[in-house]
Amino acid sequence: MLAKRIIPCLDVKDGRVVKGVNFIGLRDAGDPVQCAARYDQEGADELTFLDITASHEKRGIILEVVRRTAEQAFMPLTVGGGVRKVEDVRTLLKAGADKVSINTAAVADPDFVAAAARAFGAQCIVVAVDARNRAASLELTADGGGVSGRPAWADTYPELLVDPADSKGWEIYTHGGRRPTGIDAVKWARRMEELGCGEILLTSMDRDGTKAGYDLDLTCAVAEAVGIPVIASGGVGSPEHMLTGLTEGKADAVLAASIFHYGEYTITEVKRYLAERGVCVRE
Amino acid sequence: MIAVVDYGVGNLRSVSKALEKVGAEVCVTSDPGEISAADAVVLPGVGAFAHCMDNLRSAGLENSVREAAASRRPFLGICVGMQILFEESDEFGRVEGLGILPGRVRRFEPKDHALKVPHMGWNEIFVRRRAPHLAGIDEAARVYFVHSYYVETNDASIVATTTPYCVDFVSSAWRGNIFATQFHPEKSQATGLKILANFAALVKGSGAAC
Repeated sequence: MLAKRIIPCLDVKDGRVVKGVNFIGLRDAGDPVQCAARYDQEGADELTFLDITASHEKRGIILEVVRRTAEQAFMPLTVGGGVRKVEDVRTLLKAGADKVSINTAAVADPDFVAAAARAFGAQCIVVAVDARNRAASLELTADGGGVSGRPAWADTYPELLVDPADSKGWEIYTHGGRRPTGIDAVKWARRMEELGCGEILLTSMDRDGTKAGYDLDLTCAVAEAVGIPVIASGGVGSPEHMLTGLTEGKADAVLAASIFHYGEYTITEVKRYLAERGVCVRE
Repeated sequence: MIAVVDYGVGNLRSVSKALEKVGAEVCVTSDPGEISAADAVVLPGVGAFAHCMDNLRSAGLENSVREAAASRRPFLGICVGMQILFEESDEFGRVEGLGILPGRVRRFEPKDHALKVPHMGWNEIFVRRRAPHLAGIDEAARVYFVHSYYVETNDASIVATTTPYCVDFVSSAWRGNIFATQFHPEKSQATGLKILANFAALVKGSGAAC
């Protein structure tokens, strides 16, 4: 039986590992290649690097990190962050990434996802969806402040947008969760599947950094809406959260950062916990 | 020397690094001469079946691959590099493969909505015929898969392992010098490295350097 996947995620900035709490306040925590090797030994099922390097000149550093990681960790590696062009996908795959995750650029130009999937295959194109509960989202944008992430094509595809009169559901955000797009998360995930994406990395922006558990309603809504695998992300604070993400949330995989990275739980411990409760994992 | 065929598809770096890790001498090459001279040949492949076939032909390497598969030299196909060894695929209509092994490539059509496509992650392999490549590999060992299409064959004699997902599909095939895996040994940690080490151990002699 196919095992549910446990995926540690390393946020990497300028070649160093950091982890933000709600994407603000970064803590430096080491060399990504060494972390990758440790997760490989611990039996992580995959590894994800999220490159949050802001400066354009330093963007090449992640390639070297990917190259060095691929030399010593013989496990699947996903890299995301700042992927804008088909050429960016090609460069990352060539450096040793197995999958590339696309977020902001997919919203700006959904055809980019289609082009990348055509060029390299659906199996290596992940679309990262950052979603906020509509009620929370409305509160955030109530004062009209902040920059809108609403894409130029939005009016052409009204069927993908949230209903302004209804506060149910989830809205997707871009630029690390700062810009509301007006797009409905579930409809968007389905559209990404149609365009050839092979997997959805679904992050609850409401839960990210809170350790309050994954947003199970969101995860389940997206997992049931698409036929491609869904990775739950955002809010995990304990093995129990992973259990509910995989069972009630119906996720195919769970992503976690700080709880592994600061040694609160090892991957082995989490897998044992899940196996004892009947979840199929690779031990 | 093991030649990893570079025909512009896939992550060759992972394959070559994993082979080096188990002590093999490896060259990544798109040169027909180097492929002919190598002691063993690895044909990787990701993405679309048709795209891989087109690239193999336009790189002028179809004959080199046919010749290597027909030789006594150990030959390893990985993922779509396995699939194109078969007769045809129903990906985007009907596409002809190399037809070196009997069988066709079909898309997963899960009846259970909880089964996602691509089949992505760690699943078990059950040994039907113990190829030398599987020496020391436990029954139901887990390896890493990522694919939406699978091989279906009527020739049980070439089925090395099967894996249940929607159907019981051929997760590795073996005939003579040819071994082919739907999974990615180069991404399957210790189990994958063991399979690659078994493959590398079949390489006799040093051969010409490339």
